[in-house]
Amino acid sequence: MGTGRKRRLHFSKIYSFKCGRNRFDDDHSQIGGPGFSRVVYCNETGVAEAASQSYADNYVRSTKYTPMTFLPKSLFEQFRRVANFYFLVTGILSFTKLAPYSAVSAILPLIVVIGATMVKEGIEDWQRQKQDYEVNNRKVKVHRGGGVFESREWKNLRVGDVVKVVKDEFFPADLLILSSSYEDAVCYVETMNLDGETNLKLKQSLEATSTIHDDSDFNHFKATVKCEDPNASLYTFVGTMEYQEQQYALSPQQLLLRDSKLRNTDYIYGAVIFTGHDTKVIQNSTEAPSKRSGIERRTDRIIYFLFFILFLMAFLGSVYFGVVTKRDLDGDRQRRWYLGPDRSDIFFDPKRAPAAAVYHFLTALLLYGYLIPISLYVSIEIVKVLQTIFINNDIHMYYEEADKPAHARTSNLTEELGQIDTILSDKTGTLTCNSMEFIKCSVAGTAYGRGVTEVERAMAKRTGSPLIVNGRDQLLDDHNDEDSTLSVKGYNFEDERVTNGYWFHEPHSDVIQKFFRLLAICHTAIPDLDEETGKVTYEAESPDEAAFVIAARELGFEFYKRTQTTVSFMELDPVSKKRVERTYELLNVLEFNSARKRMSVIVRDEDGKLLLLCKGADSVMFDRLAKNGREFEESTKEHVNEYADAGLRTLILAYRELNEEEYKEFNEKFTEAKNSVSADRDELIDQATEEIEKDLILLGATAVEDKLQKGVPECIDKLAQAGIKIWVLTGDKMETAINIGFACSLLRQGMKQIIITLESPEIIAAEKDGDKNVISKVSKESVKKQILAGKAQLTASTSDPFALIIDGKSLAYALHDDIKSTFLELAVGCASVICCRSSPKQKALVTRLVKEGTGKTTLAIGDGANDVGMLQEADIGVGISGVEGMQAVMSSDIAIAQFRFLERLLLVHGHWCYRRISSMICYFFYKNIVFGTTVFLYEAYASFSGQPAYNDWYLSLYNVFFTSLPAIALGVFDQDVSARFCLKFPLLYQEGVQNTLFRWRRIFGWMLNGLVSGVIIFFLCTRALDPESYRKNGKTAGMEVVGATIYTCVVWVANCQMALAVSYFTLIQHVFIWGGIILWYLFLLAYGAMPTSISTTAYNVFVETLAPAPSYWVVTLFVVIAALVPYFCYKAVQMRFFPAYHGMIQWIRYEGNTDDPEYVNMVRQRSIRTTTVGYTARSIARDNNLYHLNLELQAPK
Amino acid sequence: MNSNPSTPMNAHAPSSSSGGAGSPDSNTPRRNSKRPKYSRFTQQELPACKPILTPKWVISAFMLVTIVFIPIGLTTLFASRDVVEIIDRYDNACVPGSKSQKVQHIQSATSNKTCIRSLTVRKRMKQPIYVYYQLDNFYQNHRRYVKSRSDQQLRNRGDENDTSTCKPENEANGMTIVPCGLVAWSLFNDTYSLSTSNSQLTINKRHISWKSDRDEKFGSEVYPKNFQNGGLIGGGRLNESIPLNEQEDLIVWMRTAALPTFRKLYGKIEVDIEAGETINVVVENRYNTYSFSGKKKLVLSTTSWLGGKNNFIGIAYLAVGGLCFLLATTFTIIYLVKPRHLGDPTYLSWNRNPGGH
Repeated sequence: MGTGRKRRLHFSKIYSFKCGRNRFDDDHSQIGGPGFSRVVYCNETGVAEAASQSYADNYVRSTKYTPMTFLPKSLFEQFRRVANFYFLVTGILSFTKLAPYSAVSAILPLIVVIGATMVKEGIEDWQRQKQDYEVNNRKVKVHRGGGVFESREWKNLRVGDVVKVVKDEFFPADLLILSSSYEDAVCYVETMNLDGETNLKLKQSLEATSTIHDDSDFNHFKATVKCEDPNASLYTFVGTMEYQEQQYALSPQQLLLRDSKLRNTDYIYGAVIFTGHDTKVIQNSTEAPSKRSGIERRTDRIIYFLFFILFLMAFLGSVYFGVVTKRDLDGDRQRRWYLGPDRSDIFFDPKRAPAAAVYHFLTALLLYGYLIPISLYVSIEIVKVLQTIFINNDIHMYYEEADKPAHARTSNLTEELGQIDTILSDKTGTLTCNSMEFIKCSVAGTAYGRGVTEVERAMAKRTGSPLIVNGRDQLLDDHNDEDSTLSVKGYNFEDERVTNGYWFHEPHSDVIQKFFRLLAICHTAIPDLDEETGKVTYEAESPDEAAFVIAARELGFEFYKRTQTTVSFMELDPVSKKRVERTYELLNVLEFNSARKRMSVIVRDEDGKLLLLCKGADSVMFDRLAKNGREFEESTKEHVNEYADAGLRTLILAYRELNEEEYKEFNEKFTEAKNSVSADRDELIDQATEEIEKDLILLGATAVEDKLQKGVPECIDKLAQAGIKIWVLTGDKMETAINIGFACSLLRQGMKQIIITLESPEIIAAEKDGDKNVISKVSKESVKKQILAGKAQLTASTSDPFALIIDGKSLAYALHDDIKSTFLELAVGCASVICCRSSPKQKALVTRLVKEGTGKTTLAIGDGANDVGMLQEADIGVGISGVEGMQAVMSSDIAIAQFRFLERLLLVHGHWCYRRISSMICYFFYKNIVFGTTVFLYEAYASFSGQPAYNDWYLSLYNVFFTSLPAIALGVFDQDVSARFCLKFPLLYQEGVQNTLFRWRRIFGWMLNGLVSGVIIFFLCTRALDPESYRKNGKTAGMEVVGATIYTCVVWVANCQMALAVSYFTLIQHVFIWGGIILWYLFLLAYGAMPTSISTTAYNVFVETLAPAPSYWVVTLFVVIAALVPYFCYKAVQMRFFPAYHGMIQWIRYEGNTDDPEYVNMVRQRSIRTTTVGYTARSIARDNNLYHLNLELQAPK
Repeated sequence: MNSNPSTPMNAHAPSSSSGGAGSPDSNTPRRNSKRPKYSRFTQQELPACKPILTPKWVISAFMLVTIVFIPIGLTTLFASRDVVEIIDRYDNACVPGSKSQKVQHIQSATSNKTCIRSLTVRKRMKQPIYVYYQLDNFYQNHRRYVKSRSDQQLRNRGDENDTSTCKPENEANGMTIVPCGLVAWSLFNDTYSLSTSNSQLTINKRHISWKSDRDEKFGSEVYPKNFQNGGLIGGGRLNESIPLNEQEDLIVWMRTAALPTFRKLYGKIEVDIEAGETINVVVENRYNTYSFSGKKKLVLSTTSWLGGKNNFIGIAYLAVGGLCFLLATTFTIIYLVKPRHLGDPTYLSWNRNPGGH
């Protein structure tokens, strides 16, 4: 074909694809039936049939609203909240004669509040809209006809179009691959956006279309595809293609999904099958479950409580009103004749007093509505948005290397961050970097590699030996990540005996040579030669594999070229000291899978010798060694165990020489197996490989470190000190998980491990029998027994810390309904819990179990697609925006770049947010109760007729203008203690976990405070002003004067109360608090200056009647102080004699650390005592005599 | 707010960022960096005062309140004591008999409603002496009552028919009432004429109302019309030749009171009255408070800078001042007795019940 085309290898021949075969299996018979009705006429735009189809266009909308639906839909959302609905109803009622105030003044605050929320919604939606616009207007090459491709926006793509996608572009829709730049029409696809996996997936077109390689070929291309209807399943696709009058079956192998990316392939041609919302990825995007925080739920309950109070007040008032009204007319005699009771309308009619009372009830509901803080929800939302901005902008949570700041994706959970009781963490990629480093190896019975792993470091700490490598460690830590000249990613091997070609002088240099050759050959990585620098990089299926190839390269066996039949590498010839090129003929690749736990390649070396090179897990490899291949078995086993102890992943390397007949026999069998179409094909392949992968000669073992992320042990220690329980849920095997547990101090010596596993002989025996029912029964019994035994152990000794380790199989049984609560009790009793070999679903189930079983707040943290369930199930899902793609991040609530940022996220932001929100809500209730109390008391003096003392606008603006801003400022800026102290005294975090700041006692305390303040204000004001004249000029105070005075006092008290409650007084607080008061006076001036028709009773009220009266000022001063004294006393006593934990820290800060080191120690010690995991606990366990912790007495060092 | 490289940057920040860090506000973006810009605001490190209630603060706050309140209390108390106030309840005295007899008497058009009261002045009253009537148990703040008026009508002659809010007192005999509404209709109409032993005391009714009411709320072009012409006569009548803005009794009445017990200014006496003198009051007792068991009082009072006689403010000031003094001493003593009672952390809720290990 075209000369310009790269002739790269035919991978279909390297890999034993199962996909190349196209069989019509059962699925395809359904084509055309229900659910499989889609017909696509490829490349026939304009043809009548194609035009008559009405498939969705490729415009993708992620917005919640369109301009048309925005108003009704968002309004509907708003009024689904009880409080808002109540205000809507009152707003509507305010247009009737029932209303005690004017309709406008009642509606305006509602409009402001709803408007603010809607603006927020609108802005958020607009940002989504912008994203949509960007995506929908991306360009792609589309076949216009006549073999000409033109650029077109994504949104204008139609089903059936033929598109050409070039390297590193996203697919604009679900495409059927027709051909690619490779001859065998394969292409590599990165599906990071779909499943979070970074490794490349291979797709291949039908052979029938793979020959199309030129734009012009599409002039006459025609095909008809019949396939399934749009659905959400990413891994299935059923369809047929009619091409050149032949039917071909289509499989997922031919489908390129939208939002995945073309990699390592110059271009592909594809036909559009699903567009827009029909695409699999969009069908798959479910709305994230909307989560509400515990505080918000409790707030709702308080609102309901207030509603109850409101109804009660209205009810009592109405009864009284009804009785009094009825008494107004006694036959012909009128009592309160000035009310005209004989000529009354229904609202006040003594003759129909019950009806009047009912109407009055409604009026009272409107009037006492000021008890419900109308602006609370919108304030909470505003505050939370600002809090997330703080989180997003925290420079301490910015990860320089990846250029990723923290990102809070939902804003409604910030305070929940301060209440986490249990963290459920993924391991790989979360605790560890998921970057593998080749760190040690054992060749010919000799251990090489001087690198020190995190685990070894931790173990050295554990055993108390002074860490000899400490100094160097620091150095390593500092340089590891940034200094590329010193370290190579994936390689951390240091041993002067081997590096720089010195291996040649080692006793078994021939074995060493074979060992490294094996590393350079036996893999499926693809080299990528940068022609400018001559450097080779690798594209590998797993990070382990990359680490091997890199290690081989660094040690002088540089794999640089792969063709379809050969593997080439450069090697330093020990004799000539020259780099020589070696090319091995690649005959077969025996793939890795989890059942085989090994992979092999069969190659022919330059001398024509046939070699089988094999690497695999120790559990399978040692059994396959030849009698004469076990020379180094003992020492290697020893090393392997050592490595595993150090938290390393090990693989055994072995080889075998084949003779020609043997290979020929095998190859026939293998080829036959591969080409067979029967159901037992896989089995046949297994059989074939089984026979050849035996009698191996052991070379050695490799050890790869799954590196812990930076700062993980420290972070876990801090979190443990904060009293947060940490569970690790991992898919890894038990040994690895335990190793990592040790590395990050979740486990330590002296901790009793309760291990629940199904590896016992009787279970294995039962498994061999294969009766499923028996297996499950026996297994369940066994798990139950182990759990009960664990619990007995737990209750027997309360002083020892326990660790629970459970594997996935047992977990499946432990999660059964009848034993899960027992399991939970056991797990909660343990200091640390590690679940290994757990599936994504189990992770989610465990999360749900903890969340629902304990009723505590849970946080799940993970980075991969397998953590999505867990993240969505937990109260808060934190995604690590690491290398494993975006899936976890997309379904998380908050994304951070590194596990260690969790410390700051929880201990600082979480604590602050929790404190802020809870204080703010309490304050909101306080201020509304103060106000509501005065309104109600006044009613008692107005025979509950529904007449407020306040002008309409005072009423409506109270919540919106004069008192909300300080509360919002509190919610945004308040800090009880600084970030430094939050981190220094992690136990402070328990305030959130125990919910001390938002328990009912505190809430009702604030409400009581509000009630007291309201009563004080009302009675002092009215007693001071009435009935005698209040001014020198002899005039008496009317309703407008009394009302305005009480209102002034309320505004003052509410704002000053705020000033007393704030513990972090920034300029902003000053502006808002004092500004609120000043604003009230300004409002009074401005409003009073308006014409009387607008200002009514407030006309000139300040200038003429209030301000010149000394008594007004005297009363204000007096009432404000009097109303604040109770709270002030309370706070003074509490702060001095019963300080909460944050209070103690405030004292420490205030008095200076040096002031009383004993006290500091004492307070800090608090936070250590309850801790049982983390290295601080470990060090205490060691020097227990220093702290006299009886807890640790039994574990003497 | 300016930040500079000395600000606490991320300790692990590699050198590559320091170029940008020197000028975080510069507009040249460093190759696509999403590094949050440093500002004290976004890092929540704004300078702030972190108040904490130390003994010093608590005691000085209480002492400050004491020091401020006691003098104010004394001053106001003295001011109030200077005020001379004479209160005379006359509703029962003027109409003897049972309640129904009283009601009958007051409602009768023919009965003699004149009533003579005499008041003794115990202390010299310096002019101006304010004359008030005080009503008890009169709900001028009743919603039906408060709303039953038309501010438009009172203000503008043209809005005479704007009486929708005045029901049921909006029209009589098919014609609109000016001023309409229950408030005006129930205008207080007792009259007092005062005399001492040697002279008649003229009661000056000029400027007993608020200036803004006269200027803005009651029109000079609006004259009473069809007032008290209906079947039921409420209270006082108005002179139809005087515009509303000069009907000061009405204006005073129509500023509704806040509470069911209220005083309203009746007039001023602009001569001093010596102690020991007796004031004779001729009351035209027309206003019906008997139906609803209200009280009627005549009040003569001088004023101080603080207004009328009201010991409450002074006493309350002294009480709060004294309380704060008490609290200050109590706190002082407690702090001295238990100088460093450190909050015992064992009282923390989560330590009492140490959660599982």
